[in-house]
Amino acid sequence: MRGHLIQGFRLARRELRGGLASLRIVLACLALGVAAIAAVGTLQGATKAGLAEDGAKLLGGDIDVRTSYRPLPAEALAWATRRGARISEVVEMRAMAVAPNGERSLVELKAVDAAWPLIGAFRLTTGETLAAGDGRARVALEAAVVERLGLNPGDAVRIGEASLVFAGTIAQEPDRVASPAVLGPRALILAEALPATGLIQPGSLINYDTRLLLPPGTAPRPFAQAWQAAHGDGAWRLRFSDQAEPGVNRFLDRAAAFLTLAGLTALLVGGIGVATGVRAWLEARGRTIATLRCLGAPAGTILATYLIQVLALALAGIAIGLVAGCGLAWLAAQALAGSLPVPPRLGLYPGALGLAALYGLLTALAFSLWPLGRAQRIPGAALFRDLVAANPGWPSRGILLANALAALALVALVVGTAEQPRFALGFCAGAAATLLLFRLGATGLMALAKRLRGIRRPAWRLGLANLHRPGAPTPTMLVALGIGLTTLAAIATIEGNLRRQLDEQLPRAAPSFFFIDIQNDQAEAFDRLARGQAGVDDVRRVPSLRARMVAVNGVPAEQVSATEETRWALRGDRGLTYAATPPEGTRLVAGRWWAPEYDGPPLVSFDAGIAAGWGIGLGAVLTVNVMGRDIDLTIASLREIQWRGLGINYVMVASPGLLAAAPHTHIATVRSTAAAETGVLRALTDAFPNISGIRVRDALEAVAGLLTRVGTALRATSSVTLLAGMLVLAGAVAAGQRARVRDAVILKTIGATRRQIRGAWLVEFGLLGLVAGLLAAAAGSAASWAVMRFVMGAGWSFLPGTLAVTVAGCVLLTLGLGYVGTALALRVRPAPLLRNE
Amino acid sequence: MTAAAPLIAATGLVFTAVAAAGPVPVLRGVDLTIMAGEAVGIVGPSGSGKTSLLMLLAGLERPTAGRLLVAGRDLGSLDEDALARFRRDEVGIVFQAFHLIPTMTALENVAMPLEFAGNRDAFRLAAAALGEVGLAHRLEHYPGQLSGGEQQRVALARAVVAEPRLILADEPTGNLDRATGAVVMDLLFGLRARLGTTLLLITHDPALAERCERQVRMEDGRIAGDSGTLRLAAE
Repeated sequence: MRGHLIQGFRLARRELRGGLASLRIVLACLALGVAAIAAVGTLQGATKAGLAEDGAKLLGGDIDVRTSYRPLPAEALAWATRRGARISEVVEMRAMAVAPNGERSLVELKAVDAAWPLIGAFRLTTGETLAAGDGRARVALEAAVVERLGLNPGDAVRIGEASLVFAGTIAQEPDRVASPAVLGPRALILAEALPATGLIQPGSLINYDTRLLLPPGTAPRPFAQAWQAAHGDGAWRLRFSDQAEPGVNRFLDRAAAFLTLAGLTALLVGGIGVATGVRAWLEARGRTIATLRCLGAPAGTILATYLIQVLALALAGIAIGLVAGCGLAWLAAQALAGSLPVPPRLGLYPGALGLAALYGLLTALAFSLWPLGRAQRIPGAALFRDLVAANPGWPSRGILLANALAALALVALVVGTAEQPRFALGFCAGAAATLLLFRLGATGLMALAKRLRGIRRPAWRLGLANLHRPGAPTPTMLVALGIGLTTLAAIATIEGNLRRQLDEQLPRAAPSFFFIDIQNDQAEAFDRLARGQAGVDDVRRVPSLRARMVAVNGVPAEQVSATEETRWALRGDRGLTYAATPPEGTRLVAGRWWAPEYDGPPLVSFDAGIAAGWGIGLGAVLTVNVMGRDIDLTIASLREIQWRGLGINYVMVASPGLLAAAPHTHIATVRSTAAAETGVLRALTDAFPNISGIRVRDALEAVAGLLTRVGTALRATSSVTLLAGMLVLAGAVAAGQRARVRDAVILKTIGATRRQIRGAWLVEFGLLGLVAGLLAAAAGSAASWAVMRFVMGAGWSFLPGTLAVTVAGCVLLTLGLGYVGTALALRVRPAPLLRNE
Repeated sequence: MTAAAPLIAATGLVFTAVAAAGPVPVLRGVDLTIMAGEAVGIVGPSGSGKTSLLMLLAGLERPTAGRLLVAGRDLGSLDEDALARFRRDEVGIVFQAFHLIPTMTALENVAMPLEFAGNRDAFRLAAAALGEVGLAHRLEHYPGQLSGGEQQRVALARAVVAEPRLILADEPTGNLDRATGAVVMDLLFGLRARLGTTLLLITHDPALAERCERQVRMEDGRIAGDSGTLRLAAE
């Protein structure tokens, strides 16, 4: 073994003198894939570092305590103040901002105290402050709402029942990441202006955030534990500066996991380029290998000689990829400057780079060991045949085992480092199935081309012969092109399906508005007024409370074993309603609804899907915290909920009784004609200034906008895969160029015109593109169906238009590449070639 | 046969090859007239310009200077596709290295020139041509499945299948053993005699050249001797 290595090194060093120019494609394929993965990892690391470094600023303090409905009691604040903490209180809710001209917009209202912000600075574009000099309360607004309402500084803006002076547009809000404005743009006022708005009503959807800045050297977590033990209850939601926004971190992890898989797809396609490039390179060295065998070189030495060269090249490709990845991350950080939550701390992230390098190395090994193993078996006798044996057979068992281990290690790395291992495993299985599909597709195409050999048109026959002749690059080209296109087709179909659901399915069934914060004493008047509006054909209203899940069957919520898809229901506040009779459209799948007059211990009808995800059923006890009080709800029935209907859906519908007595508000949906929407919103929010109306159309448009941005990002990422595919394709065309030139010369010599020769290649590349496109459309459709069905739990539609674009694009792409190859071959002068062969 | 009309008329033919080291004069002024139906053997040392002359006659290279008329066409004035059509209709070429298309069967290789010309009988004629060279049983074989002699016979069938007026053969036995070479040459001369085609044969073998009725000797890019001229002078 050692002898093989030493001799291998010596021989490899001599061979490397001649350079590895013919392996440029291998180098490029590896570099591209590694660069994509390294860029994603670096950007993720840099953004997380930014989040960690700015955690306190983003959170607005070292600790944030969020409660619903009511602020922390004074004694709790006093406890913290006595221990040296600086405190700031922020109140958040939804409200309507109304301009002097009557235009209105839903806003996320944030009322801050004088201590805010504890860290960082708040700025308006006008340079003004919120503190009023003239005694009139002021409001700062985000640019979007200023633009929509057509406001100028000094204008009066009505929020709730208060009239406020517009002070200016918000230029910087330091804690925006930790308390993002989700449903509408931000409106910022001082806490002292809040009472005049009349928005603080019993049971209104209000969040109270209490931020603490601790004395230097105080550890936040022990401090918070002691504090909560002294004054807290189950309704406290604690956040710390080292995880300013777990949601953002979670999103980053998921986005990075997806993008890493996209990079990995590029690397896998690159792997095919590695296999093809190494095989062609070794074939060209067939005579050298046979000569070495004749001179007594053992198979192990041959393997070592060429493995060392491939690894040297792989390391160079990986190094280039890592450098390019860092550069790409920098470029992406510039391009995404406005979209990332914090400026990323760009630098070297060894973990991310190491992972990318490991992916590159395993890919190089997994895809090159097979051709290396075959080369090792070329016999010395091959020298004495006309041609070096084209098919030296299978590699040895040892090489097969090593190859399988490299592939398994690659899968293990993908699954082991994934945020969602099951999804990653699905990705690996999907990638393997796609590879197999295109390999089988190539076999089918070659068999078909062979059967059609009888066609008498020379251009067709030539083109078909190029597809099925021994050693034809048909499989390589089909697989390389197909995987990139499959990814693109899948993404385009998923995006198209989501867009179709937004555009077509939802609006017909969906209400026009959600109205929130309807007080008990306003409920009936609201119903009357809403129903009396022209164009309104449906008004529904239910009581609404907010509850925080404390325990499930006595197990604390944070320790409940839940599936990935249902974990969200254990976090934060959930909506809770009560009803004596099943709401319209209820579909019970287990248990029974309580009697209308039931007045016993609280029961609940629970979402069947979430119950399954938590592993609970009828009779399970859910402990929820409502308004600071823990209540046990026993599951009496399980329901199937159609979330996409956009009606009023609650995970939990409780029996009346205890909950009906708690302070709460109502939530209503109103459906009206599109033309009547503006009038309906105006009439209802003018009559009830404390009620906020959320226009569904606006929300859907926001989602559509988000979808467009996500779609663009996904397409950009999967373009890397397509680029890798094109590299491999170009490599395959280049590898076959010698044969192509020879054929062109002979054909010209026996009287073929350029047009006739072009026709042949048109057939070859056109058919290749057509089959690759059709298979990619089929595989992309299947992948999109699986994602829609199993990941998103939504319906799926066949989108022929999207797929036709994929197929047409594929044909054009292959024809383009084929045309370049053909044009180059036709430019070669015949005479030198005819003389030299 | 129109003995009075020259099939090839080269006047002051100069060809300079462009090499990496600079221009290399190959033909330095060749005057050559070949009548239709003649069989001409071209001999001379390596590098004397024999193959270059053949390339010029086939329209595969363009003369640097001088005038070249073949079958009534001024080859210097034809574009690439017109030259391809000229070869298709007027010329059959046999190379030392056969130059068959490896992805096509023997039958397909031979039918190709006829197909390019739009001949509907291409395959029947190709099969007949292969039969004439003794390969009726090898129609569906690929070049890789044929011996060197068989491959050259396929090339021969391909060269004559369209019944061209001119056959150009460049060392056609160079890659074959003596016995196989003899068979191929017998076939070549037999076909040429049957078709009355003009033959220009480049060879190092004096015996083969002797089988042609006229021998032209080239040296250093010029014609150093021409038995046809001598004969003419004698007459």
